[in-house]
Amino acid sequence: MTPAASSNARPGAGAGNANVRTSNWRDVQPASLVLVQGTEEYLAARALAGLRKTLRLQSPDLEVTRLDASHYVAGQLAMAASPSLFGEAKLIEVSGLASMSDDFLVDGLDYVRAPDPDVVAVFHHGGGVRGKKLLDALKTGGSTYVECQPLKKDADKADFVAAEFRQAGRRIDPMAVRTLVAAVGASLAELAAACSQLIADVPAAGGSATVTHELVDKYYGGRVEATAFKVADAALAGNGPVALSSLRHALATGVDPVPLVAALAMKVRTLAKVYSARGSSAQIAKELGLQGWQVDQAKRDIRGWDSAALVRAIQVLAEADAQVKGAARDPIYAVERAVTVIATSRR
Amino acid sequence: MVEQLSRAAESQNPTHAWLFTGPPGSGRSNAAKAFAAALVCERTDLAERGCGECHACHTVLAGTNADVTFVATEKTTITIEEARELVTKAQDRPSSARWRVMIVGDADRMAERTTNVLLKAIEEPPPRTIWILCAPSPADVLVTIRSRCRAVSLRVPPVEDVAALLVRRDGVDPHSAAMAARAAQSHVGIARRLAQDEGARERRNAIVRLPLTLQDVSDAVRAAGSLVELATAEANSSNDVRDAAEKGNLLRSLGAPTSGALPPSIRSQVRQLEDDQKRRSKRSITDTLDRALTDLLSFYRDTLVLQLSAAANAADGSEQGQLPTSATVELVNADLRPQLQAFAAASTPETTLARMDAINNVRRRITSSNVAPLLAIEAMAVSLL
Repeated sequence: MTPAASSNARPGAGAGNANVRTSNWRDVQPASLVLVQGTEEYLAARALAGLRKTLRLQSPDLEVTRLDASHYVAGQLAMAASPSLFGEAKLIEVSGLASMSDDFLVDGLDYVRAPDPDVVAVFHHGGGVRGKKLLDALKTGGSTYVECQPLKKDADKADFVAAEFRQAGRRIDPMAVRTLVAAVGASLAELAAACSQLIADVPAAGGSATVTHELVDKYYGGRVEATAFKVADAALAGNGPVALSSLRHALATGVDPVPLVAALAMKVRTLAKVYSARGSSAQIAKELGLQGWQVDQAKRDIRGWDSAALVRAIQVLAEADAQVKGAARDPIYAVERAVTVIATSRR
Repeated sequence: MVEQLSRAAESQNPTHAWLFTGPPGSGRSNAAKAFAAALVCERTDLAERGCGECHACHTVLAGTNADVTFVATEKTTITIEEARELVTKAQDRPSSARWRVMIVGDADRMAERTTNVLLKAIEEPPPRTIWILCAPSPADVLVTIRSRCRAVSLRVPPVEDVAALLVRRDGVDPHSAAMAARAAQSHVGIARRLAQDEGARERRNAIVRLPLTLQDVSDAVRAAGSLVELATAEANSSNDVRDAAEKGNLLRSLGAPTSGALPPSIRSQVRQLEDDQKRRSKRSITDTLDRALTDLLSFYRDTLVLQLSAAANAADGSEQGQLPTSATVELVNADLRPQLQAFAAASTPETTLARMDAINNVRRRITSSNVAPLLAIEAMAVSLL
């Protein structure tokens, strides 16, 4: 996401304006204008689905019109909003505002100036600065604003899981929440799918109504989302089994061999630089242009490494780098070999 | 060689495709240009063709002749689109000269797919078109191309000739001309830069002395870091000004607004230019590193010369008491002789060869694949310990 988008989408951007009603994506109340903005597609989809459900409860003969703002032809919006003979409730969902056509910008501005009170119009903007004029008009025009920013911190994801279970009227152990986030937390959609799976599988009544840590482990125990740095840390610590298994987890959960080698190289490089440096961490950090914590960590890791081992590690990494970039048939074997050699080089 | 080429230039129907090969510094593209000039020269007297004085000769050597196309890339490869354009252009009849000449300055910088585009065009060009390809060695072009061309192989001029040229053409004093020619290993362009540019000389000195300063892993990794940094800085310093000027020109010729956001139609063209510039800068970083590694190689080459001649002395010269035979083979880094002798005595020819292998290995990786330069150089530096 671009910085411009994040500053643009922050609720504070419209906070100075009394017209904006900010709403949580979980319970969006129908209003004649609703703006759903943010890069997390999954939350936007949930917000739209929730709104649709609420409206259907109110009027079962709801007419839903979906428009794509990027392929919009002039007049479509007015046509969809015009009252029909039978006077049923109308919901217009416009997606793709992030790449809206010029026609849509014109029609959208017109519509926002005089929205039809009997129609619920939802505008979904996926982040970016395109159509800022329309966004501003929506914000000043008294729309309901739904923010859908990606959840970056593990704590936010844990809150999300807890809320999912609360909404379904279930309970989950805090420990189980942590395990779940560690296992499938990288994608919010996957996390939500895991939650609904658990909610569907665990009986609502009886002694086992709470989802426990053991249960989550049974479902998702084999899967851990490992990053390249986790692999590198285990390898440098000389912990071969952990390094190799987290390498497999990393590859299985979508880390490419190229950044894996780069992460290993970065760690080994720091280690080699710190190897013969003398003095306090702060001095070394200043001299080598590193961060203090990097030096501290390297100093911890350096135990057990000697010069020959470092030489071997750097050589095998350079070879692996060439191999993952096309010099060998099997990039995965190349990284695995590099990790093995590094993990066993340490005395 | 010159005789052969001038006979070809005089004849009514010279060979339609030529392949000029020779190591860097042998003047492949200059030879190709001179040959092209001889082909299109305006003189009627056959013996005077390639006079260097007529309008056609002047324009060819300046690279502005309409009938002589010279292609050399500043990026890492010649793209397939560029090659297709060349093939189309080769079909045109020459506008004023007798021949249309297509020169490909670096035929080695073409992917196999790209070269295949040229195959048909080179095999059967229109009657008045002549192709000249240049590459470091015949093995650098596809065998199917090689078999369609008449090969001309050029050699590196001797050190004395290069030094004499520097004295004659650039007015360098004989002593430093000889030094520069030797240090550049007869590469004319580099010798001239070494002779005239103090900074280039210092950078080369620092690189050649690198093996003398390496003590442990930390030194090696730091030296590799500064080498890559230096190469990047050097490439950027020459490119930055040019990049900015090019972007300014593009914006002006597209009539872009001077303030505010760029319209989308212009933005895509600017991005295209920036991509090209990025590729060019990558190429110049790679070239700088390759040059530095060649200099480094010369240190070990000298070491090996000293070691092998010492071994030969010990074998046959013990009773005859000859002078060291290293006097007969010249050292590239003659000014470092004492340090080199100490260094040679401290290691064996086998380790020297292994180190040279490590350097050549990293040169191959850097120039022919997309490896991270820093990691590759680090691996080489630690192999030199």
